[in-house]
Amino acid sequence: MSKDITLNVNGIDHHVNIQGNETLLKVLRDKLGLTAAKEGCGAGECGACAVIYNGSPASSCLILAIEAEGVEILTLEGITPKDHLHPIQQAFIDKGAVQCGFCTPGMIVTTYSLLKSNPDPTEEEIKKAISGNLCRCTGYVQIIEAIREAARRLKRSKGRRK
Amino acid sequence: MKNYINLGRDVNRLDGYDKVSGNAKYIADYEFPGMLYAKVLRSPHPHAEIISINTSAAEKMEGVIAVTHSGKCSHKMGLYLVDRPVFATGKVRFKGEPVAAVAALTEDIAAAAIKKIKVRYKMLPLVDNIEDALKKNATLVHPDLMKYSYLPIYYPKKGTNIFNHFPLRKGDIKKGFKQSHKIYENEFTLPQIQHVPMEPHGALAKWDRNDKLTVYSSVQSPFTLRNLLRLAFGLSHKDVRVIAPYVGGGFGGKAGINMEPLAVALAKEAKGKWIKLIFSREEVFLGTTVRQAMRARVKTGISKNGRIIAEDIEMVFDGGAYAEYGTNVVRAAGYTCIGPYDIENVKGDTYGVYTNHLVGGAFRGFGHGELHWAVESQMDIIANDLKMDPAEFRRLNVLKPGSINSMGEKITKHTGNMVACIDAVAKDLKWGKSSKKPAKPYIKRGKGLAVLEKAPAMPANATSCARVKFNEDATVIVHFSGMEIGQGCITALTQIAAERLKMDVSKLHAAGLPDTDFSPYEWQTVASRITWAVGNAIINAVDDAHAKIKKVAAKVLKVKTSQLDIDGEKVFVIGNKRKSIALPLIIMGYQYPDGHTIGGPVEGVGTFTPNLTNLDAKTGQGHAAAEWTFGCEGAEIEVDTRTGEMKILNLVGAFDLGTVINPSTARGQIIGGMIQGLGSAVLEELKYKDGKIANPSFVDYKIPTAADLPDKIKHIFIQTPDDGGPFGARAIGEHPMISIPPAIANAIYDAIGVRIKALPLTDEKILSSLKEKK
Repeated sequence: MSKDITLNVNGIDHHVNIQGNETLLKVLRDKLGLTAAKEGCGAGECGACAVIYNGSPASSCLILAIEAEGVEILTLEGITPKDHLHPIQQAFIDKGAVQCGFCTPGMIVTTYSLLKSNPDPTEEEIKKAISGNLCRCTGYVQIIEAIREAARRLKRSKGRRK
Repeated sequence: MKNYINLGRDVNRLDGYDKVSGNAKYIADYEFPGMLYAKVLRSPHPHAEIISINTSAAEKMEGVIAVTHSGKCSHKMGLYLVDRPVFATGKVRFKGEPVAAVAALTEDIAAAAIKKIKVRYKMLPLVDNIEDALKKNATLVHPDLMKYSYLPIYYPKKGTNIFNHFPLRKGDIKKGFKQSHKIYENEFTLPQIQHVPMEPHGALAKWDRNDKLTVYSSVQSPFTLRNLLRLAFGLSHKDVRVIAPYVGGGFGGKAGINMEPLAVALAKEAKGKWIKLIFSREEVFLGTTVRQAMRARVKTGISKNGRIIAEDIEMVFDGGAYAEYGTNVVRAAGYTCIGPYDIENVKGDTYGVYTNHLVGGAFRGFGHGELHWAVESQMDIIANDLKMDPAEFRRLNVLKPGSINSMGEKITKHTGNMVACIDAVAKDLKWGKSSKKPAKPYIKRGKGLAVLEKAPAMPANATSCARVKFNEDATVIVHFSGMEIGQGCITALTQIAAERLKMDVSKLHAAGLPDTDFSPYEWQTVASRITWAVGNAIINAVDDAHAKIKKVAAKVLKVKTSQLDIDGEKVFVIGNKRKSIALPLIIMGYQYPDGHTIGGPVEGVGTFTPNLTNLDAKTGQGHAAAEWTFGCEGAEIEVDTRTGEMKILNLVGAFDLGTVINPSTARGQIIGGMIQGLGSAVLEELKYKDGKIANPSFVDYKIPTAADLPDKIKHIFIQTPDDGGPFGARAIGEHPMISIPPAIANAIYDAIGVRIKALPLTDEKILSSLKEKK
């Protein structure tokens, strides 16, 4: 069964024809060309496919595309500013938080959501926030350091704007 | 340390932008017009004869383009021992083995078609563990073993399940035990575990009608994959092209040849069409390789003054249904069998056996996590029994300059400093002082440590090539085929090139990801060897480019080439820097005022070959280690004696990795490896029920999350330059994973006096050991 729907992704309305059983992840990747979100398990266990869905991080492999109509969806592509990197992205590079990079988009999306709701998280809060994002390379330590650094930088730039 | 301009510096990862922006493409991100999608039918049984395969219903389905199985594709594959058919042939040897595959217009059609293939099986007796495999009149998993082709450095045993036996003999073992004051004998085991790269394996293949094959793959070894594909499918190297995108984690699981032949077999049936095959997470668990299970029996003889004078170690690896790559794990574990110890009399027998389990293969540590689990538990048992400090017992017995190791190699001061690693870990753990006493009496704390060593496990002819290409503005493009699998080789190798060129790293671009049609040859990205081996090839490539520049400059400046030197900006006469030529004026050829031009575009080529020999077939003596990395790891833990619950308070690792090229990425390798080691120590185990894997998912197979981190984790660099490494660097990729399990087991013993000899060290096991003790 196919259906025409409108998906609001990164602030743009996309009119797409989907199958009833297609996941949001599949439609983002295969039909919208937004391949930053990755499929690591297809079962909502690894966080590689994380997107911001109605303001919260969610596993896009568990959401049917058909359910996502009318929902604001933000992917890593939408978080990345037009001509430079987001402070979270730059902190991930500067702090050595990236190795193979497969979990990185999901980690950054989850961090973005965490720092929106909690701009000054403790180490325990960071660990809890990313505990649904599996990483096999880094041992998480440099990711946690990058998130703390990103929080510092975001706070500083906010202070400057005031 | 010397004054380097690009080394010992946290240069940001050159692949960082691609990876944080989502720009980095992995295998699943590739799509081509007209592509077909593949699915694999897998065996539901661990050991069964295939009576018949009927694909007619699947073939008739609308949208199905190709169906294949052993009847159409009877090719075999293997790196060291060619024992593995692309599709189960005659019988299935493990649950999950590919039996057939379908390519269709959509994934859904392919998945539906798979279900329509009818296979009739007749059950065969199950070889379910090492004991089954070794018993008299055992069921043979491979009755045709001796008909397979294999490299002559491996020793399968006729009429058995043994696919390789590696013997090691040093000194006089009988005399050693005779002279021993005390003798200790223990058995240790560990289960199969999975690599769990976050990226599932995948491959894209197109077989053109002119018999040219192109393959994209999530691969650690593009050139070795090309070689094995062309052997399996009977093609020439020139007609096979392998392109390797970013790899989302390998850990050995994407080394050699894996699932690519499944895509190639379908491509051959649907010529001219791209076939895309991406494994599901369940298929990664079932259909790739795993770390082999192992059983070790260690017998150690000690002199009156606490010196180890004899050791007899037998290790048996459960290689699963196919040996191919795992054959060399047996050899590598075999030649390092006693770990980093100076022992005069050694008898080692290391076996790999076939079972009906998942296929064993390369895994970070390559036999060394396994052997050190046994050896480092044994050392702790001995030290405690002798009432010697376990750190002091190791300091007394480990390899030092002048020692002779297990295979007869002499240790020098350039080999690395084992004792410095022990000292650093002991210092961090406040060794010798009791742990702070917890307030609650049922909480017990303890400390443990374990040493390790590893050399790159590779054949003596594992070679590397690199190129440096000057651009018009005297910036440089570096070409090599070490795979960026997360370890940071693109960055480290570019730093090495920049250092030799005497340029800032910002003047260089790494061409990075290999394409076998265009990139220089590289054996494989395995064995922690890339920074070390390719780094040497790059130094040679820079020297070659510099020699070419000097040759032209000598003519222009009318001096000998030996009078010239090059910095990052110009070639100049030594002692007279004003007599010089700026690089942009010479690297595309030097033009005289009258227009006449000499020389040409400068491109340097460098190669590297390790200086190794084969090992003696009867004694395992020889020179198989290009370089060694020594290390020591320590743990402080606490156990709740009411529940068995263990908490890791502190993990520390010290490694003699020679000159550190990039402290941030080296730290990433160490911390990441220690946490993967922590997973193998306390969480990870592939469980079988009736020969079938019972936990092929993240729900049932847990790997460490951020919530599982120890309270403290620390890395320590010991930097004794390696005399054969690029600028004195040596390997570090695999080592941090190796000795975390014994360090934690030894800490558990220190805390509560129980010795657990089977991994993983779960809370349940701790609790039941405590109950047994009472």
